[in-house]
This record gives sequence, C-alpha cells and structure tokens, in this order.
Amino acid sequence: MKAIVVDYCGGNLRSVQKCLELAGCEAVVSKDASDIRGADAIVLPGVGAFADASRTMLASGQMQVIRERVSEGVPFLGICLGMQLLFDCGDEGMPEGELAEGLGLLSGRCRRISSINVEGKRLKVPHVGWNQVQIVAQQSEEIASLFSGIADGSNFYFTHSYQCEPACSADVLATVVHAEPFACVVRRGSAYGVQFHPEKSSQKGLMVVANFVGIAERSR
Amino acid sequence: MLTKRVIPCLDVKDGRVVKGVSFVNLRDAGDPVELAAAYDRAGADEVVFLDITATHEGRKTTIAMAARASEELHIPYAVGGGFSDIADIRTMIAAGADKISINTAAVKDPALITAAGAAFGSQAIICAIDAKRVGSTDKWQVYLSGGRVATDLDAVSWAQEASRRGAGEILLTSMDRDGTKDGFDIALTRAVARAVDIPVIASGGVGKLEHFAEGILEGEADAVLAASVFHFGELTIRQVKEYMAGQGIPVRLD
Repeated sequence: MKAIVVDYCGGNLRSVQKCLELAGCEAVVSKDASDIRGADAIVLPGVGAFADASRTMLASGQMQVIRERVSEGVPFLGICLGMQLLFDCGDEGMPEGELAEGLGLLSGRCRRISSINVEGKRLKVPHVGWNQVQIVAQQSEEIASLFSGIADGSNFYFTHSYQCEPACSADVLATVVHAEPFACVVRRGSAYGVQFHPEKSSQKGLMVVANFVGIAERSR
Repeated sequence: MLTKRVIPCLDVKDGRVVKGVSFVNLRDAGDPVELAAAYDRAGADEVVFLDITATHEGRKTTIAMAARASEELHIPYAVGGGFSDIADIRTMIAAGADKISINTAAVKDPALITAAGAAFGSQAIICAIDAKRVGSTDKWQVYLSGGRVATDLDAVSWAQEASRRGAGEILLTSMDRDGTKDGFDIALTRAVARAVDIPVIASGGVGKLEHFAEGILEGEADAVLAASVFHFGELTIRQVKEYMAGQGIPVRLD
C-alpha cells in the first residue's frame, strides 16, 4: 500500500513519513498532484498558516485532486493544520473579515483558540503540550478503528493557535479542553482529522497512524 | 488540561553525548539520538539537546543528529546552543527540530527573537536564560556563554522582554544551583513564572524527587528539566512522574 504525505509547505515531513513506514506502509512525500491521484491513502500534515496552505494547494492543483479522491472514498488523514484544512474556510493569515478557502469536505470553519475560560481565567495560546483526548460518548463506534487500543482520556501532543468549529456535531469524534472544549478528532466518511500531532505523541501517536494505515488497507 | 512536562537534557559535542551516561540496554550510550529515544520510551515528554560544539565541522554533525532525531524520536525535541543568526535557526528547523533554544545570541541581538518568532512561530522559539543571584538579594543577573560572562541584565526583566518579543517559552537555569543537587532556585523560578505569560521550564539543581514537585508547585513552572539524575539512573522518568502525580500535579503517565 502506498500513502502520500502531501507537501504544500517545503517543511520537514520526515517524522510523519517515518510513522507511516513504521506501520508497514510505503510513504512518499510529494507536492505533485499526480502522486495524490496514484496513492491508496492521503496524509495532509500540519505546517504553517491556513491562508498560505490554502493558496499553495489551490495553485498546485492539490486541493482539487484531494477533494476528488476523498469523495471517491480514499482514506485521508489530516494532521493539525491538515485537519483544519478539511473544513470550508479559515481566517488565519487573512486580512480582517476575510476567509481563505479549505477543502470543504467537512462543514464548518477555523478560528483562533479562545484564551478565556468560563471562569474568566486566561489560558496560554498557542495551546502547546500534552493534553487528554476525550472520546464523545455516542461516537465510540465511529472512532473505534482509528483509536483501536487507545484508552479514552489518553494524552496526545498539541501545538496550535487555531481550532476547528465543525458545523455538524455528528462529525466530532473526540474533544480536548483548553479554555473550552473543542473538536480534536473529526471524521466524515473516509476523511479523518486529528488536531494533535500523532508523529510527536510517542507510542499512542504511532498507534493512531498504524490504525489509520489499517483502515486504508481494509478499504482497498 | 495540559500536563506538566518532564524534560531530560542531553549535552552534545561533535554529535556525541558529553557527560557520562549510565543507561542500560543501549548499543551506543554515547549516541544522543539513541539515548533520547530511550527517554521517549521511558515516558519523557520532550527532550532538549544542548550543543556545546565549537567548530564548524562539529556543527554539521549536530545538524545531522537533529535530522536523525526527527526519524527516531516520536516526541518533540529542542536543540539549543550555537545559533548566531536566523539562517542557523532555519537550518536546524529544516533538519526537523521542533524547537530551538537561543541564549547568548538573543542577548546580543534581541531582534533575533522577534525575527525567529515571526518566521517559525513562537511555539518553536525557547529563550534560555542562565541566572545568578546577586548577593543575598531577590535579584538575579543574566550570564552568557555557559555562565562565564556576566551581563547587566536582570533575569526577570529579560524574561519579560523575550516574551514580549515572541519567545514561546523560557528555559530558566539557576547558575547557583546547577550541579548542586540542592533543588531549583524556587524564588527565581517563581519570580520569572509570575512575570511572564509563557511557559517556564525550571532547570538547575535537581537531586531528588521532591525537587521536581517543588519546581511546579512552589516555583510555578510549567515544566521541569534535569540531566544527571536521569543519565546516571538515579531516578527514572516514570518515578518522577508518579511522584508528581501523587502530589496532585497533572502529568502524562499513559
């Protein structure tokens, strides 16, 4: 099985590629839209800001090919910004009041993380560090394949300043609490998104990637 | 809720671990990447590589080490030491480092923090501060070049400036406590932690379990860093985290 790690930023994607390889998957890092067409699974990593990624992906044709392939049922995993890009739009890196276009495979948008909690206490943004991923009770079956072997409340590594606001609560499989709870694992059809970095989340993170590879293998 | 982090620090020179490390079951106990991977498996939340390489050739080895770490480590890691400008930082981030830590270079040119924060995001930029208490006052002076060079900077004010300029974290080392095993300088840690709204990593002086919890509960730090107690096998990461959990501190134990 061949997975593509979509390069839209020129950043270091080796750690993501390595996790896929450890899961027994051939993994190529490429910016070429034709490689996305030929892959059995698509991984969109998270580096940089929403607006830049949106612009690059539209210009390179990556955006259109990913939309087509995911609509055909090809397994997709978006990590951090890669999860945010699954949604309709985001305002990170855009002038006030303007929005950049996302993949639109899930409905909703991305916005800056709240820094004030319900008690009025100020929390730090970016949200950086290990935090507990809480599975939404009625979604335990939906998340079962991706989180196979992983206990509810397990810690994963986060580093981000923006969060997703899914329009459809049925797409939210797990949440995490900073100033307020927000979506950190989403799914619609073959498209999964995780706000944390599995490639930096030690053994639990490797398990999530391996589970995704398993999902992709079974769907071939 | 974000957990409090436990971070082992490895001193590296020319691609090799400097201080003696007595770790079991390693093929090469001098290889920083292999050691760091062992700490990852042992439950470390993050690893810091402190590069004390002086030569250009040695520096290339450190960059190669950082690239190898991005394959072998599955937790975030920072590389500190040896950065003089934004190009150096870019090279290390491109090699795969999640964070870089700047100390002397930031004091000499504070605009470097601003530029690095803008280019790579605050989360990637740690400002390391080596501080020494002034007499018996509650004032601390910033030192450079591994504690050899004194500056006129007050540690608390400098931490505030670094934060204002876009540093994402402060790695705060007490020169008075470093190597003593007497515990963190709690007054220093607390003074800095209260003065900035970015995470503070307490460093210097850890000798026993209680010290780790003190750094968090009394020093109000967000993370605790240690070297020799881990390297010589005096304490394991797990022991430290279990102790901290027992003191009511949220830690990652899974």
